[in-house]
Formats: sequence, C-alpha cells, structure tokens
Amino acid sequence: MIQLDNVTKRFPGGQEALSGLTLAIDKGEMLFVTGHSGAGKSTLLRLIALIERPTSGQVIVDGQNTRRVKRRRIPAYRRQIGMVFQDHKLLYDRPVSDNVALPLVIAGVGHREAGRRVRAALDQVGLLHKEKQRPETLSAGEQQRVGIARAIVTRPKLLIADEPTGNLDPDLSLEVMRIFRRFNEVGVTLLIASHDISLIDRMGCARIALDEGKLVETEEEDVAWQ
Amino acid sequence: MAVTRHSDAVAPVRSSGPLSTWLTRHFSTSIGALGRLFRQPFASLMIVLVIAVTLAIPAALSLVVKNAQAVSAGWDNALDFSIYLRRDISEIEADGLARLIRQRADVEDVRLITASAALGEFKQESGFGQALDHLSENPLPHTLVVRPSPANTSQSMILLQEELGNLPEAELVQVDTEWVQRFHAILDIVKRAIVIGASLLGVAIVVIIGNTIRLDIQNRREEIEVTKLIGASNAFVRRPFLWSGFWYGLFGGLLALGLVQYGLFLLEQPAARLAGLYQSRVSVLSLTPAESFSILGVGVALGLVGSWFAAARHMRRIEPR
Repeated sequence: MIQLDNVTKRFPGGQEALSGLTLAIDKGEMLFVTGHSGAGKSTLLRLIALIERPTSGQVIVDGQNTRRVKRRRIPAYRRQIGMVFQDHKLLYDRPVSDNVALPLVIAGVGHREAGRRVRAALDQVGLLHKEKQRPETLSAGEQQRVGIARAIVTRPKLLIADEPTGNLDPDLSLEVMRIFRRFNEVGVTLLIASHDISLIDRMGCARIALDEGKLVETEEEDVAWQ
Repeated sequence: MAVTRHSDAVAPVRSSGPLSTWLTRHFSTSIGALGRLFRQPFASLMIVLVIAVTLAIPAALSLVVKNAQAVSAGWDNALDFSIYLRRDISEIEADGLARLIRQRADVEDVRLITASAALGEFKQESGFGQALDHLSENPLPHTLVVRPSPANTSQSMILLQEELGNLPEAELVQVDTEWVQRFHAILDIVKRAIVIGASLLGVAIVVIIGNTIRLDIQNRREEIEVTKLIGASNAFVRRPFLWSGFWYGLFGGLLALGLVQYGLFLLEQPAARLAGLYQSRVSVLSLTPAESFSILGVGVALGLVGSWFAAARHMRRIEPR
C-alpha cells in the first residue's frame, strides 16, 4: 500500500527530518509509527499526504509514485486518503453533519447519497445523535471522532492519523483506537503516528520506531523509552 | 395518470449526471455565498451601496446626455435660415424666387421679408427710428426666410443651404443652427468623458470587490486550509468567493437601477413643467430594458472580475501546512 525508497526530507535550514528511510506497509495493515517529537513521524505522514515532497527518494502510495502527481492533481490524490489530525481540524462554523459531509461535497456526491453516508459514518463513531450540534459543544474525544467520521466517509482504502489521541485521556484514546481497529478489520490500511507506547501495546499492533529520521529496531527503541 | 405519479414517487434515486451535479453544486454554493452576505448585512450593504453609486453616476450622466440629444435632435432639422438677396434684386424678382423655392420638396415654406418691411421693423425695434429717417436709401436687402421641411436630415439640410446659397440672386445664407451643431459637438465630448469616467469607476469597483473578497479569504483562511487538506481543488475553494463577487455585482447593479429610476422620478415633474412652457410633448427618456440589463451585466461582470483577481491571487498562497 505504501512504499518508501530511500526517502530523505531536508528542510531549507539544512535539518533532515527523514534520512534515507526505506519502508513498506502492506494492504490491510494497521501500523503505528512511534518516536520522539521531531523524530520524523509527522514528516512521514505529510509526505504521504503530499503536503510536503521528499528531497530525494520515492514515495509510492497505492501504486502511485507521488513524485509524478502534479500540483494540479494533488486534490484528487488527497481524496483517496483519509486523514485524521491531532487538532481535529474541524470547521466550527457549521454543524457536525456538514463537517463530515465536506469530503463528499468536494467529491460531488449527490445530496441524498451524501446524507446517507454521513449518517453511516457518524453511526460508526457513535455520534449519530449529535449530527446537528456544533463541534465546539462536543468534548475533545467526540470532536476527534467527528474528525475520524470525516476521514472515513469517502471510504478510503488508506487512513493516516497524526497523533490522533494526543489530546485525549487514556479512556478516550482507547475508544478512538478501537474505532480504528474496526476499520482495519474491514480492510482499511492504517498508518498512525503516536508516542503513546502503552496504548499501542494494549492494542497489540505492529509498530515501527523513528529516531532522527531513521528507522530503529523496535526492541532497542523500547529499551530507549524505558 | 395516478399510476405514473405513483411510480415516480417510488423510483429509486439515481445518481445524477455530471452536469446536474455541477449545477446542483453551483446552486448550493451560490446560496451559501448569499447566506454569508446576509449574515453580515451592514458590511454587505456598504459594499453594495458603493458599487451602486459607482454604477449609477455614469448611468445617470449618460441618461442626461441621451435626453439632451433627444431634445435637440429636432432642432437642426426644423430651424429656419435666412437668404439675404443681392441689393440689385427687385421685390418682384424676390417674390418670384420665393415662389420657386417654395415648390421644392425639401422646403416647407418661404417667407419674403422685403427691404422696406425689414427697415420698418428695424426702426421700431432698434430705437434708432429718428436716425434711420435720415438715410437716403434703404441699406437692407430683401430677405427670404426658408423653413425646411421636417423630413430633412442634417446632411440634406447642409445640402439645401449650399444649393440655395449658390443661387445667383443670393448674397449670403445665414444659418442660425450653428450653435446646435456646437451643442452636439459638446455632447459628443461629454459622452466620451462619461465613457472614460465610467471605465475608471469600473476599475474602482473591481478594486473594491477584489479587496472585500481578499479580506473574506483571509478571514476564512483556516477553512480554506482544511478543505484543501481533505482534497478540495483550487476551483472548489474559489467558487464561493466568485459567487460572493457575483452577488455584490448583481445587488450593486439592482440598487444602481433603483437610484437612477428614483432620480428620474424626482425629475419628472420639473421636466413636465419645462415641456409645458415650451408647449412641447417632450417627456424624460428613461432607461430602456436593454440599458437596464447592461447595467446589471456590467455590475455582475465587474463583481466576477474583482473576485476572480482576488481569489486567483490569494488562493494559491493558502496551502495546508
């Protein structure tokens, strides 16, 4: 599903966020990326979402080499990927249902069909009863679930999440992770950046660790964290 | 036909074609943009008012010119001119000439003012009565006052004047309509000035709308970033702003029409009084439907151009970070 070949991302200051990273993520996998802040987790996700482009190396997502995705084609490319953010990135001037419907509106899905899919997505995250509310009246956990509903409403094959539980307490975090797990069970590939090692251990999922833009062996990394 | 209606009602919702999707999308975006305008009624009204005044000024001025042209259109074709005959032409010859000219198709009437009648009139009106008595002979020539037929165009008028001026009996043709031609020349200048002024005001509208849309884009920067992040194209993000520009232009145009019509309403009575004084049936010309539509069209076009510039300039810069 995702393949990185010797990917380096260097920022104008000369600082390297990723150095020569090679990585393959299979279809249907649910993989966590751990590491300190600044280890390159976010950069990895941003390269996949084409918010950034690699300085060198190749990023191939679902058979598409991102290097060949022209600027004009980036929107269409992004529509294939569900994205969840630490700060939810909801629009606070409209109700929950409109937030979740936004990707469908962008994709030009008809009104009725969109309404049906929005309700299905909200139902999956357990927020169907709050569809008319404004995001700011919701708790942080609920807002994150709205963000997840928005990410999966277009039924993407790949979902990437950057610290989705970063602002949540352990119970809410576990709840969010269980939702992710359910999507994974129906075949969605997930790549989740998180530094919450204990939570990841509780989920029993595969994980990789980044340090200074390089892959480190999971065992060593575990030691480093303890 | 109850059966048909029934089957319509239960027909499954088919996914709509690309055109109707496109139309639906535009429709909902336009309504959204309209809603946003109404949510800030005061700010929106200010902008609409500025656009309206800017459109109404040149519209009103060209209406004034149009009326002035309409009023003066009859003048140069209907005005009399005088042919002063040579001094050696006798009264009988002059009378014969008057008859001859009167038979022309492009002449409605010819009046002969004999030299003695002219002198008599001059004595009465000038107040030089006593002094003129001392003249040994009448210095005035016989004069033919020609009233051209109303069917004449300004070209055939000039031709007629030239032809009659070339008669061997004619000494001088005095056209009293030169000032009308000057008046028309002035109107032409005014018309051109209005076009120039209107173009400048049009640029002003583009700038005003562009600036408004720019502020709007800045206020909604976060929203634009988020929508781009989840796959919105530049065109998608631009669309609501173009619709805002459209609405500003349309409402500005409508209000401009209202202002012009109200101005006409205020002028109607004094104009009717003036017409009454001249015993003419001249009434104030208002905007034709085509002119009204072109005001609306210009408003909308300027709104779209302004918002397009702003959106094209600022939208690209807003990329998700």
